[in-house]
Amino acid sequence: MNLTLKVWRQKTPDDKGRMVKYLVQDVSPDMSFLEMLDVLNERLILEGDDPIAFDHDCREGICGMCGMVINGVAHGEQRATTTCQLHMRHFEDGATVTIEPWRAAPFPVVKDLVVDRSAFDRIIQAGGFVSVPAGSAPDAHAVPVKKDDADAAFDAATCIGCGACVAACPNGSASLFTAAKITHLGLLPQGQPERDSRAKAMVDQMDLEGFGGCTNTGECTAVCPKGIPLDTIAQMNRDYLKA
Amino acid sequence: MAVTGAVLVLYLVAHVVGNLKIFYGAEAFNDYAHWLRHVGEPAVPARTVLTLVEVVLAVSVILHMWSAVTLTRRASKARPVKYAARRKTQASGYAVHTMRYGGVVILLFIIWHLLDLTFATVNPAGPAGLPYDRLVQGFAPERWPVTLFYVVALVMLGLHLRHGVWSAFQTLGLANGRSYRPLKIVAVGLSLVLVLGFLSVPVAIAIGVIK
Ligand code: HEM
Ligand code: SF4
Ligand code: FES
Repeated sequence: MNLTLKVWRQKTPDDKGRMVKYLVQDVSPDMSFLEMLDVLNERLILEGDDPIAFDHDCREGICGMCGMVINGVAHGEQRATTTCQLHMRHFEDGATVTIEPWRAAPFPVVKDLVVDRSAFDRIIQAGGFVSVPAGSAPDAHAVPVKKDDADAAFDAATCIGCGACVAACPNGSASLFTAAKITHLGLLPQGQPERDSRAKAMVDQMDLEGFGGCTNTGECTAVCPKGIPLDTIAQMNRDYLKA
Repeated sequence: MAVTGAVLVLYLVAHVVGNLKIFYGAEAFNDYAHWLRHVGEPAVPARTVLTLVEVVLAVSVILHMWSAVTLTRRASKARPVKYAARRKTQASGYAVHTMRYGGVVILLFIIWHLLDLTFATVNPAGPAGLPYDRLVQGFAPERWPVTLFYVVALVMLGLHLRHGVWSAFQTLGLANGRSYRPLKIVAVGLSLVLVLGFLSVPVAIAIGVIK
């Protein structure tokens, strides 16, 4: 199949940037979206052009690096899928595909499609941890956890910090990410001592980074590759209001 | 946003119940308007309760608007560069994307509405007219553009509450995965009841059922 790509090219963080058109031929429907970009990049290198910079690491949907907005949708229209797990068979032959970086002030563009997501790290540093005595690992069953809580905490813990929720949110809010972390730790006994201070510190850091406020649009959950549910945000609000 | 919105919704419920008294006739409605001004007497002076309600409403409306403006400004600061590809909404809500301009329509409506029926400066019956006459003359068939504006504004209000009601529960941390469905059904139901309840009066007058 053949595709026309419109890709955001930006040389440096200060460069103004623009959309550039590329024709990609003989794309196999079995390729992943990133492999399709690899093919284009090889050609660009052969032609002496600068290859398109994009983040990637695991290529199996677990690291959260490969964020890009495809045809206006974070990670593309395929639900619950990261860009690396998106396959070209979901595109029509001859289609035009626009590719843009995450757009959010706290995620500045480094180059082309690569953005700096350090703001997420600082939200985690603000409170996304539990204090445990150092030493040998405790017995697995030393602290019992209710099955329901364990399940909900585990679901929340699947957040890979990709930032699609921010990219999709009309308000540029990081609530789903922050809420996933707060819910994950707040539901477990190990997370109780810092529960209130964690919610306060992480939410305050999120606001400090310049993310927008949540208006419950639900756009985040819809694009989240891990399907983090909206009720984590209710949980975050509950903990924050209590703190 | 959630708390002030809840105050306004509670007011609307009381307001629509009051409006429906017009179907009991001119006297019942005028007596009701009179009662609003004299409730609690002689324990408290005239208009105490009404003034209190008015102050709470004014404060709620202003705080509600202030939060909305703050959220909008934070949102545009958080996304200085817009997407080139037209964004398709991925979630199921349409009402949610009408909140901001819908709110502005409702604000314009409230201003007109106060001038029309509270101060009666733009009402044919004038400030001296009895409440019932203001309504009947205000929504008389030849004043159909006014009635049409009420209809448009109330539909916007319905959409506003369609999202606002369940969203308030979510914001206050009172919702969870299991309560989303019931909450959304309540939001739709309440919006419908309010809009139809409010609309019944101007429409009944405009088509001549109430004269
Ligand atoms: C078409 C439907 C409506 C009708 C027929 C109606 C009728 C009235 C009337 C007759 C009054 C004056 C009461 C008095 O004499 O003291 C009034 C006041 C008021 N209405 Fe409405 N109303 C409607 C819809 C709404 C809506 C949708 C809102 C809010 C979004 C609203 C907000 C207010 C406010 C804030 C006041 C002033 C209350 C006060 O002075 O204490 N109304 N309305
Ligand atoms: S909540 Fe979902 S979309 Fe947001 S960072 Fe985590 S995995 Fe990505
Ligand atoms: S490259 Fe790791 S999630 Fe896509």
